[in-house]
Amino acid sequence: MLKIEPRGYESKFWRYASPVLALLLTGATSGLIFAAMGRPPGLTVYTFLIAPLLQQDGFEALVVKAAPLIMMGVGLSLAYRANVWNIGTDGQFTLGAICGGGMALAFPDAPAWAIFPAMIVAGAIGGMLNGGLVAWLRIRFNANEILTSLMFAYITQYLLVYLVTGPWRDPQGFGFPQTALFSDDALAPKLIEDTNVHIGVVLAPLIAIALWFMLEKTLLGYQFRVLGQATRAARFAGFSENRLVWIAMLISGGLAGLAGMLEATGTLGQLTTTLSPGYGFTAIIVAFLGRLNPLGVIPAGLLLALTYLGGDAAQINLGLPNAVTGIFQGILLFYLLGCDILLLNRFRWASTQAPTRAKAAQ
Amino acid sequence: MNDPMRTGPLLTMTGMTKQYPGCLANDHVSLTVERNQIHALLGENGAGKSTLVKTIYGVVKPDAGEIIWQGQKVAIQNPGHAQRLGVGMVFQHFSLFEALTVTENIALGLGSARERIGLRERIVRISNEYGLPLDPDRVVHDLSVGERQRIEIVRCLLQNPKLLIMDEPTSVLTPSEVKKLFVTLRRLAAEGCSILYISHKLEEVRALCSAATIMRFGKNVGECAPAEKTVKELAEIMINMTLHAPTPRPLTASSKPPRLVLDKLTIRSPHHFGTDLKAISLSLAGGEILGIAGIAGNGQSELMDALSGEVPAGKPESIMIDGVAAGHMGPHERRGIHGCFVPEERNGHGAVTAMTLAENAFLSGFTRQALVRFGIINTRKTAAFAEHIIRSFDVRTTGPKAEARSLSGGNLQKFLVGREVLQDPAVLVINQPTWGVDAGAALAIHEAIMALAEAGAAVMIISQDLDEIFVLADRIAVIAGGRVSAPVLKREATVESIGRLMGGTAAAEAPGEMALAE
Repeated sequence: MLKIEPRGYESKFWRYASPVLALLLTGATSGLIFAAMGRPPGLTVYTFLIAPLLQQDGFEALVVKAAPLIMMGVGLSLAYRANVWNIGTDGQFTLGAICGGGMALAFPDAPAWAIFPAMIVAGAIGGMLNGGLVAWLRIRFNANEILTSLMFAYITQYLLVYLVTGPWRDPQGFGFPQTALFSDDALAPKLIEDTNVHIGVVLAPLIAIALWFMLEKTLLGYQFRVLGQATRAARFAGFSENRLVWIAMLISGGLAGLAGMLEATGTLGQLTTTLSPGYGFTAIIVAFLGRLNPLGVIPAGLLLALTYLGGDAAQINLGLPNAVTGIFQGILLFYLLGCDILLLNRFRWASTQAPTRAKAAQ
Repeated sequence: MNDPMRTGPLLTMTGMTKQYPGCLANDHVSLTVERNQIHALLGENGAGKSTLVKTIYGVVKPDAGEIIWQGQKVAIQNPGHAQRLGVGMVFQHFSLFEALTVTENIALGLGSARERIGLRERIVRISNEYGLPLDPDRVVHDLSVGERQRIEIVRCLLQNPKLLIMDEPTSVLTPSEVKKLFVTLRRLAAEGCSILYISHKLEEVRALCSAATIMRFGKNVGECAPAEKTVKELAEIMINMTLHAPTPRPLTASSKPPRLVLDKLTIRSPHHFGTDLKAISLSLAGGEILGIAGIAGNGQSELMDALSGEVPAGKPESIMIDGVAAGHMGPHERRGIHGCFVPEERNGHGAVTAMTLAENAFLSGFTRQALVRFGIINTRKTAAFAEHIIRSFDVRTTGPKAEARSLSGGNLQKFLVGREVLQDPAVLVINQPTWGVDAGAALAIHEAIMALAEAGAAVMIISQDLDEIFVLADRIAVIAGGRVSAPVLKREATVESIGRLMGGTAAAEAPGEMALAE
């Protein structure tokens, strides 16, 4: 009989091997699903994970998709390390886009040097506003942030729909649910001419490195880590839990807002109702795949961005439904969390010679 | 004539072996319990006593070994099986529902509805017969720890056991409750129910038990009749080293200025079943050790939280450290004015188990050791501080990079006490300094506490272990029901006088309410 038994320590090997195993299992499982749908599994996995990179501009498309995922994933890894379960980044992303975009629509003739910086601030503040509300509800009313942040995600989505179909709708837009295009000065600066590669692409890894430094090397980061692992020890040291919850929600919300504002101004150039294809929720998977380590979030963000491109490719080339992307991401999160059992436990075949085997295993 | 069901040993275990990951808990252990015998199982924490008895009770499955019960080889499958064979066990931590009555709690443990018929009457009969006074209709929440233990004993006796296992039964009792328990146990043994008595309290074992099996590091290290040995001899077998009793401290004159003053410290517990602190007034001079005795759950942890600043007091003046009003301060600020604290729970309170020793040294050391510059952690200095603690306190570990959870209880406690002592505190408060710690580490911790007082600090130790208090303290006070009695000099205190105060919860209740109303 297969038995799970505690190791009594955390395995260094599996800390890094467990996400790799999860990826392999995800590939195998989705291959089975594709086979059940009557598609050749090998070709499908190839279409999903490799083909998008071989296309012209494939790399540019990848980093542009990855930038918002990395920004949000970094903020989430910080919050999750402190046991602050913000799962409403999608709402913070949307509110950031609304605030940043609203600024552009309100001041179409503002001078070039002022408008984009002002939009950056507005976008971040929008996300922080949403995140701050969640923090306030948790601290003031002891309301579970998992529920409140998720509920805000829906509220902001409907706010966006209201604005885009109502007061902010482009009068010359033939009734489409979209705002007017932002002025050229209000678009995110491009890094490479004639591509979508905007400033967020370099900003995202820089933010990841900065937050990694904060988390690992500073007193504030240490406070987050202690709070996440042992609330009583944090109290014993004199760290204020409320203050840390505020900071975690403001940082993760602010980064999501910034990501949303950059998405609106960098790739779309206007606000539409389909601003976020679930980026905020995908960022949760990114954070876990990156082991809640801001540096690990960078490759994780790239990989999940690839699944979005792969989903498009599978839809176009193989005629698979768009839901495939969600299924793939869901399976990945499932295996990621499941494989983590190997960190503190090991499997072995139960037998009467247990002591000798256990000794040998050490 | 030679029916092994009726004669011969009740229980014989040979070659019992149990491997846990990273720890051989039992290594070919043998144990023989005779009929009508009170048999002691002696050993330090972590010696493997609990694993062995859990094997008898069917909670732990041994990897190897043979159990002979009343002459027949058995493989005990689960606690239900053990109970049918006639084994009862009273655990150190009770499993009772606070909101239910005594009878309801006992009924929950029974298998079928048939067994519940006339239960209340049987409870009354058994509790009268064995001197275990118990009101079957009281709600558990209102009962003292001693009474709760009686529920567990009665619950076992209802099954007519032939062997009753008691795991550290006296650690929660007052001296007079202990005496009553012993009368009951002797009576049970005389009537044919053998008792396996697990303890590391040697005086008790000498008074109660006719035979003892001594364990160390998962192995048998001796069998003896405890009454024929001195406490010192038993202890030396138990820990395999010659003990030097710490030299009693010369009493310090209390004429020095006070370093820690509590003035009518009153805090309502935020928890439903917590204890309110009621008008506690104390004064500690430099160089003095004050011992706070008391039974668990009488406000010790609340007092510790109030002193460390985890739960700030309402009035700043109710806690003065070196003349500075500190009642409103948090732990960080109190460290800034030379207060240091060691909480009772090591894992997750005093230390973060998954963090390294260096990171744990930082936890309460960063203020006074100046381990942060411009918000950035000075890693090198932090590691050096951890290294300093490890060396000074002989902490057995691989170094500052080892995770706290890889240390044994005694070594981690040495590290945590060392972390505070080496910060040169003016006031040090320790809750349960040597709880669950091996004798060698306990001795090292006691010596460090005394040296610190010698150097001029005011030290308060909160402990459930009266022996420890009598060894260390200059003055002794008792916490009961959230009130602290007036401290008495050690030479004027006796175990009996302190014991009476420890049981005084009810008497202290009424004036406490008035103090809160003020």
